[in-house]
This record gives sequence, structure tokens and C-alpha cells, in this order.
Amino acid sequence: MAGIVGTLAAAVIAFAVLAVAGYAMPNWLVLVATLAFAKGLVALGIVVLMRGGLVSFGQGTFYCAGAYAAGMAMRSFGIGDAALLVALGAIAGLILGAIIAPLLAGYRGIFFATLTLALSMIVYGILNKTYSLGGSDGLNLHAPRFFGYQPAGSQNAGYALFLFTSLVTVIAAALCRIHFDSVRGLLSHAARDNEIRVEYLGASVRWVNGINFVIAAALGGIGGALSALSLGHIDPDFAFWTTSGEFVFLAILSGYMSVAAVFVAAILLELVRSFSSQYFPNTWQGALGVFLLLIILFLPGGLGSLPLRLRPSRAKSARASMEKSK
Amino acid sequence: MTALLETIGLRKAFGAVIAASDISIAVERGQKLGLIGNNGAGKTTFINLVTGHLKPNAGRVMLDGKDITGVAPRQVRRDGVSRSFQIPQLFTSLTLDQNLLLALAILRKEGMSSWQPARSDAGIAELDDLLGRFRLREYREHTIAVLPGGVRKLVDVAMAVTCRPKLLLLDEPTSGVAAEEKFLLMDVIMHAIEGTETTVLFVEHDMDIVGRYADRVLAFYAGRIIADGDPGAVLSNEEVQRYVTGGAA
Amino acid sequence: MSAKLAAAILIDGVIDASWLFIVAVGLTLVFGVLNILNFAHGSLFAVGAYAAASAVGWYYGGELGPPFLGYLLMLGSALAVALILGPLLERGVLRFFYRRDEVVLVLVTYALFLILEDATKLIWGAEAYYASEPYALLGNVSFFGLSYVGYDFALIGLALIVGLLLWFGINRTVSGKIVLAVIHDRDISRAMGVNVSRVFALAFMLGVFLAALGGAFTAPKISVQPGIGITVILLSFAVVVIGGLGSVEGAAAAALFVGFARAAAIHLVPWAELFIVYLVMALVLAFRPEGLFQRMSARKI
Repeated sequence: MAGIVGTLAAAVIAFAVLAVAGYAMPNWLVLVATLAFAKGLVALGIVVLMRGGLVSFGQGTFYCAGAYAAGMAMRSFGIGDAALLVALGAIAGLILGAIIAPLLAGYRGIFFATLTLALSMIVYGILNKTYSLGGSDGLNLHAPRFFGYQPAGSQNAGYALFLFTSLVTVIAAALCRIHFDSVRGLLSHAARDNEIRVEYLGASVRWVNGINFVIAAALGGIGGALSALSLGHIDPDFAFWTTSGEFVFLAILSGYMSVAAVFVAAILLELVRSFSSQYFPNTWQGALGVFLLLIILFLPGGLGSLPLRLRPSRAKSARASMEKSK
Repeated sequence: MTALLETIGLRKAFGAVIAASDISIAVERGQKLGLIGNNGAGKTTFINLVTGHLKPNAGRVMLDGKDITGVAPRQVRRDGVSRSFQIPQLFTSLTLDQNLLLALAILRKEGMSSWQPARSDAGIAELDDLLGRFRLREYREHTIAVLPGGVRKLVDVAMAVTCRPKLLLLDEPTSGVAAEEKFLLMDVIMHAIEGTETTVLFVEHDMDIVGRYADRVLAFYAGRIIADGDPGAVLSNEEVQRYVTGGAA
Repeated sequence: MSAKLAAAILIDGVIDASWLFIVAVGLTLVFGVLNILNFAHGSLFAVGAYAAASAVGWYYGGELGPPFLGYLLMLGSALAVALILGPLLERGVLRFFYRRDEVVLVLVTYALFLILEDATKLIWGAEAYYASEPYALLGNVSFFGLSYVGYDFALIGLALIVGLLLWFGINRTVSGKIVLAVIHDRDISRAMGVNVSRVFALAFMLGVFLAALGGAFTAPKISVQPGIGITVILLSFAVVVIGGLGSVEGAAAAALFVGFARAAAIHLVPWAELFIVYLVMALVLAFRPEGLFQRMSARKI
């Protein structure tokens, strides 16, 4: 586990690599990567929750909130700056998360998962019927500005958004990594193992879960705003259960050990999706389901656990602790 | 001087089962109190009532004159009550080091850091001291899941004493530990808290341990206390012999 | 409130409650025996609906016999779904995950849900199916000047039959007692010689049958199309949680609570219909955190 300096250094290097790669990549790949990072951020939120032992099937709620916050700010208030829009998305997620967290903080396991799902479907239902927000068709957005600069041409706009998204992603990822390595991050992990002991040590599991929930909500909002800008469109599907399901899939695929794995998984998913939608449009959900089963069976720690499994000496104790924590 | 722990008329029933019936005792500072009784006599219920894990149907629990009846375990720890468990409650996927580190970190007055790495210098000295006192140094890097039962018991107790409690409740500290290791375990525990004036209440089934480490014994039966006094007197009490120890002690 | 409105809410409530009971009882049963909250329950409902709709369409389309046999066909489709999908899902998939913790099992049944949703789309396509002939067969009934479809009342009868059969089966037969033993402690049951694997397989199959039965007998009332699965799982989940996970009586009581709440909402506060169920759930859980009929759980420390 790298210290804070190590994590920040890795973040800077990652951003530099992405900036160069994005410049060299073909346009379609830039778009795919941008969307992948945006969705990866939402999945990262689920990872934060998973470290505390909870899985949310309804992150679409905050994804949608962030998207609509950005969208409405652009259309109704003329705000065109990407940084501002994403900040608004984060705030929307944060506030909504803070309101809902106390309601859900007492629930675990299936209860928590299904209640979050129900919430997202309620949001979906409401938005579908709210014609002032576009109803089921949603609304279109135009290209954003970046700190006052409006890129010329769609290729430049795509690269600018990619660069901006990479920046946000790298910062969020670094902050999450630092949080996971911190004492408070360790407490989440402990709460997942034994809630009784956490209470007896004097900490509140409700607080731990509540804070994790709000962090996940904020990340969801950021992801939603970025997706909205990338797609140029918002609609109630952002809150539909299939959208939320993809975030869960990403989180399980990447596991909760490595932050980078989340975004690697996200890019893989978007690449597979862009190919499969051409050839297998009707089996996307089913394919995700099959892969989910395979991951749970054969790689329960997710992609992030691969490096540990490949290192023989650390693998044994890691496997032992993973078996016990399953 | 007021007693450290005083329970007044504690009563707890689970449906038709009376787990605690009019328990009124006073425990002085620094006493080492053994709680004996057959299974279901109400010993663990008593501990659960004192720590606030259960709320009594009637009666009060006073700590140093302060009413702590029904106060949740999370808050009662701040008042100075701590306990260990029959089955050690530990963070099984974390290492021994991390378990104790958390226990210490939660207590820190400045609160827990969201960015300070878990192994920062601030806690190292205290952690090392704790590991030394409980003879756990050689296991510190191991995950709890792979540690033997006796070691887990020690970790459980170590986590309980991190807050320097006024009152330490040990629920069957030597249960599940091999017979020849029981005394060793209790020695380590008692030695670790030596000089801290901690009042200890421990539930035990092994009468030799009780005889050696307790200066006062409470015998439970069917939710009532049937004997209260020094070990010799209690263990030779007729009722105690009939209901608890089964014959000559 | 006028008497007519009150009567409408009452009758609508009972009709809705019967439907909710039939649809949700399979979910609570499977949880009780296998300790799995089967997310795919909604898809199994959908498969039952599609199967019945196809069977009914084929039967009435070809005018192959007496109209009332259509009901038997619907029952038969539910049975077929149970006999095919029950063993396939339980022995073929779920069995490998029994030792894992509950979050993993939620994910597994969620994965099954995803797979079944697409499988249904592959087999039956995305257009809507209508199977309305059985709905019209039983004519109309009138109460207090309100007109109802006879079929809806027949569903009340079906709910009662299902409920009574389940109650009798669990509490009064030897097999039922064995199931109760497995519900309370599967390890001890195994130690006493009960073939727990077989109990699991049969219980799951029964759960699938009940889900498919709900779907089959709902098909004539609705347009069977993709998306009914998710609605059903969310509703069933709420009903089952309110009633107490694993309790059949709880499911019945909860169905009544929710049925009346939904009927009241539709008539009095229509915009609340979307989330009235969760409001009821939040209220019930605030007073009884384990649901209306709590299961006794052993002491942890």
C-alpha cells in the first residue's frame, strides 16, 4: 500500500499517460473512454459501499440526479462551464445522498440492495411522467466550455472532455485510494467484518455506512454529470434498473481491492458493449448476468485481486483472508 | 467511597424465561470478581445488562454513582466499561496489528483521520506496548482468520483494555482453550492489567481458575445470586455445590 | 367518505391483496427454506405469464375445445415452468453458491434475473402478448352499483386455496414438518437424516411454481411484455419484508395491508401509488423491525 505521496505521484503519472494516449487515440475510442471513466466513477462509489459490506442496486438514482442537475443547469440557467456543471452534479448527489442516508442506514444485505433499487425505480417513474423535464424522451444538451475555452470542432471537443474527465477521475481515484488506506477506511472494512465489535469499540456503524453512502452518492452525481456531457443527452433511463445493474457489475468485476481496476474494467465493458450492440443487441443483460456468475465463481475478489493471486507468497494469506471474508 | 459498580434490583425476562431476578450487588474498585453458575444461570445476561447490550425490564445499573442503565455499549465504553466475548468478536479479515490499531484509533481524542495512513507513527508506540503486554508480538502480521483460539481470546481482551476501562467484564476468557493453557492465559491477562486498578468481573466454569484469580465470587442459579463471598466460602456452600459445581469442590 | 367510495376501496383492496399474496408467497417460502431472497422471482412470474399467454393464444386461437379448459391450460403452463426451470436453476446454478454469504447470493439471483429477462426476450420477443379470453369468461359482478370482473373475484378464491393448501401442507403433514425443521436449522436436520438437498430442490420448485402461477393467472388481465418482472420483484419484496421473511401467514397479512393501502391511494391520492408500498413498509418496520410475523433468532453473543 503506497503512502499518500506515492498515491499522488501515481495519480499525476496516470493523468500524464492518459493525456498523451487520448491525443493519439482515434476519436471513437476517446468517446468510449470518456463514458467509461464517467461510469467507472459511479462504480467506484459502489466499491466504497462494498468495503463497508453494502451493495447498492440503485446508484442510478444519483447518476440520474447528477445528470439532470447538469442538464437543467445548462438549459435553464445557461451554465456552460464543464467544471461548474460537474460540481453541480456532485452537489446534487451529495445532498440527495445526505437526505436518503439516514433512511437507509439501518438496513443491510438484501434489504439495503432492494430498497436502493426501489428508490431508483421510483425516480425513474417520476421522471417519466414529468414532462417539464422532458418526460421519457429526456433532453438534449450542447457541448460545454472548459474554463472559458470553447473547443472548435467535435474532435477537439471530444478530446477536451476526455482530458477533463480524466482529470476528475484521477483526482477522485486518488482521494478514494487515500481514504481506503486511512484509518477511517480501515474502519469501513472492520464494520464489514464485525459490526458488534465496532460498536463495542465506541464507533457508530450507522455513521460509517452513512458517510460511505454519501460519498457514493456524490461520485454517482459526478459520473452522471460527466455522462450527460459526453452523451449530450439526459433521460429517465439514467435511473432505470438496468443502468444501476451495470454499475454493480463493474464493481463486482473490479473487486474492492484496487481503485485502478475499476476503470480498467469500465473501459473493457464499454469496448465489449460497443461491439456487442452491433451483433447481439438483445442479449446484453443476459451476457452481463452470465459473466457476473462466472466472476463470482472463479474470481470472487474481482480483477483487482489478480495481482495478489499471481504472487505466490502473498497469495496464500490473501486467499485465506478472502475465504474467511466471503 | 461509593462502589464502582452497583446494580439495584436488575430484572430481565425473555418471555417465560427469567434470566435475571432482582440482582442487587455492589462491587468495589479493584476487586477481582468471579461469576460462576451452570449454563443458562444468567451470567452472560448480567454482563449484557451491565454493558447495555440488553435493557433490563426493571432495576438500575450505576457506575461510580452515574446511572448507566440501558446505555448503549458504544457510549458505555466512554464511561469506562469494557468487555470481552465468549466467542471472540474480531475483524477476521484484518491482521492482528490492524485490529488493535483500530481499537486505539477510535479512542483518539482528535477523532479518526480520513487521510492519515493506517500505520502512522502516532499509534505505533502504544500499539507496541499493548502487543508486548499481551505477548502477541509474534502474531502481529497474521490475519485473525489463521490465528489459534487462545491467541484470539487474548486479542479480544487486548481490544477491550485499550480504553483503560474502570470495569472490565470477561465472558468465559478461558473457554475453548486447552486445559494446560488456561492458567497461562489468565496469567497474561491479569499481568497485563496489573497496576491499573481495573475492576474485573470474569465468568468462569473452571473452579481452579476462580479459586486462583478471584478475591470474591458470585454464584448464579436460575437468574438469582445464591452465594456471594470469598472463593473458599462460596465453593463450599451447599447450594452452590448442588447447583453449580456438583459435589465436593 | 361516501359509503360507495369506502366499498370501492374495500373491494379493490381485497382483490389487490389476493393478487399480491399469490404473487409474493413463493418468494417468502423460498427465503424461509433456502435462506435466499430470489431476485429472479419477478422473471419467473414473467415466464409464467408468457407461457400462459402463449398457451391461451394457441388454444383459443384455434378454438380447440371448451373455453373453461383454458384455465387448466394456464395451470399447466405454470406447472411446466416449475418443472423445467426449478431444477435447472436450483441444481444447475444456485447449488454452487449455498456456502457463500448473503450478499453473494443476492448477486447470484440478480445475475439469474438478468439472464432470464433476456431469455424471455429471446423466446417471446419484445412485443406485447394479450390473452384476454379467460378474463372475460366469468362475466361481470355488481356490488353497490360498482361493476367488477368475475375473474378478479375468482382470484380471491385462488388466493384462499393456495394459502390454505400451503398452511395445511406445512403445518399438518409430515413433509411439512420436515420443511419446518429445515427452516429452523438445516445442519441439525441434516444430522437427523433429512435429505436437505432434496428439500431445497422441492421447495425451490414450489417457489417457481407459485411465481409462475401468479404470472399465468395475471396474464389475462394485462399486456404481457418486457418489464413486468422488475415491477413484480419490487412489489413482492415489499410484501414479503412487511410480512416477515419466511412467513406464509405474514405474506397473507402483509398482502392485506398493502392491498388496502394501494386501493386507498388509487382512489384518494393517486400520485402516491408509486411509493405507497414503501411507506407502509417503512411504517411497519419502524414498529416491528423483522416484519409482522418475526422469526425467532438465536442469541449472537
